[in-house]
Amino acid sequence: MGQIQHHLTDPLLIGYAAGSLPEAFSLVVATHISLCDDCRARLGEFETVGGCLLDDCAPRPLAPGAFQATLHRIATHADDTPPAPAPAPPDTPFPAPLRAYAGPDVAAVRWRAMGGGLRQARLNTAPGASLRLLHIPAGTRLPDHGHRGLEMTLVLQGAFSDEDGRFARGDIEIANEAVHHTPVAEQGEDCICLAATDAPLKFNGLVQRIAQPFLGI
Amino acid sequence: MPNPDRTPDWAEYMRRIRQDRDQAAFGAVFDHFAPRIKGFLIRSGASESMAEDCVQDVMATLWHKAHQFDPSRAAVSTWIFTIARNKRIDALRKQRRPEPEDIAWGPEEEPDQGDVLALAQETAQLGDALAKLPEKQRVLIERAYYAELSHSEIAAETGLPLGTIKSRIRLALERLRHAMK
Repeated sequence: MGQIQHHLTDPLLIGYAAGSLPEAFSLVVATHISLCDDCRARLGEFETVGGCLLDDCAPRPLAPGAFQATLHRIATHADDTPPAPAPAPPDTPFPAPLRAYAGPDVAAVRWRAMGGGLRQARLNTAPGASLRLLHIPAGTRLPDHGHRGLEMTLVLQGAFSDEDGRFARGDIEIANEAVHHTPVAEQGEDCICLAATDAPLKFNGLVQRIAQPFLGI
Repeated sequence: MPNPDRTPDWAEYMRRIRQDRDQAAFGAVFDHFAPRIKGFLIRSGASESMAEDCVQDVMATLWHKAHQFDPSRAAVSTWIFTIARNKRIDALRKQRRPEPEDIAWGPEEEPDQGDVLALAQETAQLGDALAKLPEKQRVLIERAYYAELSHSEIAAETGLPLGTIKSRIRLALERLRHAMK
């Protein structure tokens, strides 16, 4: 912690605070915040804005008996929110919110080979954006690609570099239509990333364009 | 005390709910916040019956989870907003809400009264700043928080008064660093 160089944008933090992001983006945001105290504090402030708006919201009269009904609910329904997640097993690179989707064990993830040593695993979320884990062997160059929508890539292990700089554990790259990049994983350690996008990626090479529907990326 | 004439000390009501299971304190919090939560939910697209059900859910959660409320980390209105937001995602969008891993804040102890006061003041100042925004900017902020704007619309929107919000953010960062020591 403390060395994170690439952070969430204000619009994403507002969207997460407001609860309007697709589930896949929310998971990437929650996972980054698990590693980044700066963005945690910024989220707190955007949630404070939400509290101020709630406090200032025009009240709507409740149905008669709503208070008694609430007391009845308290007496008859125990707390129904899920218990706190299990404590982190040692040396998992996955923070708690991601473990709820992928489990704690990198080796147990259902990886699928994509060629060139690259592996990915899709994680199920509600529609609106898709979510996947990427496993990039150390030293590998990813195909040059642009984007049709918004793509968030969060590094969980290892590091990669591209035109926008170096991204290591906790760093998040946010790319849109304007960004074309050719990420290269650093030597030394395989790079594991969590990526969410609300549109399919668009590759520039003909072969990749043909392969894209089969790769499902 | 921040705006002693205007704002009841909701954190004190929460303390009575948590420590004494005080139903009168709960009633006071209910009378103030429940109709606002309902207004907020209906503005966000909930039906009358769904909003009514959600309000009861939010207030029941407030009672059950009162021990998790820490007045040095969030204002009562902020905490209630996050509960209501999560119930709304659950009820309206039928989606899971991934939450960040909680950080270790050290052994549970009484919250520092200086922190509690500073946070209440900052929250009141932010509320005042929001209330003083020009109509257009305020409507934009509201639309973002009532989930009427998508993230790309928020990103494309240049009229959002981020400066107003961000002047407060510096203070939040300072407070967090202080709390982590």
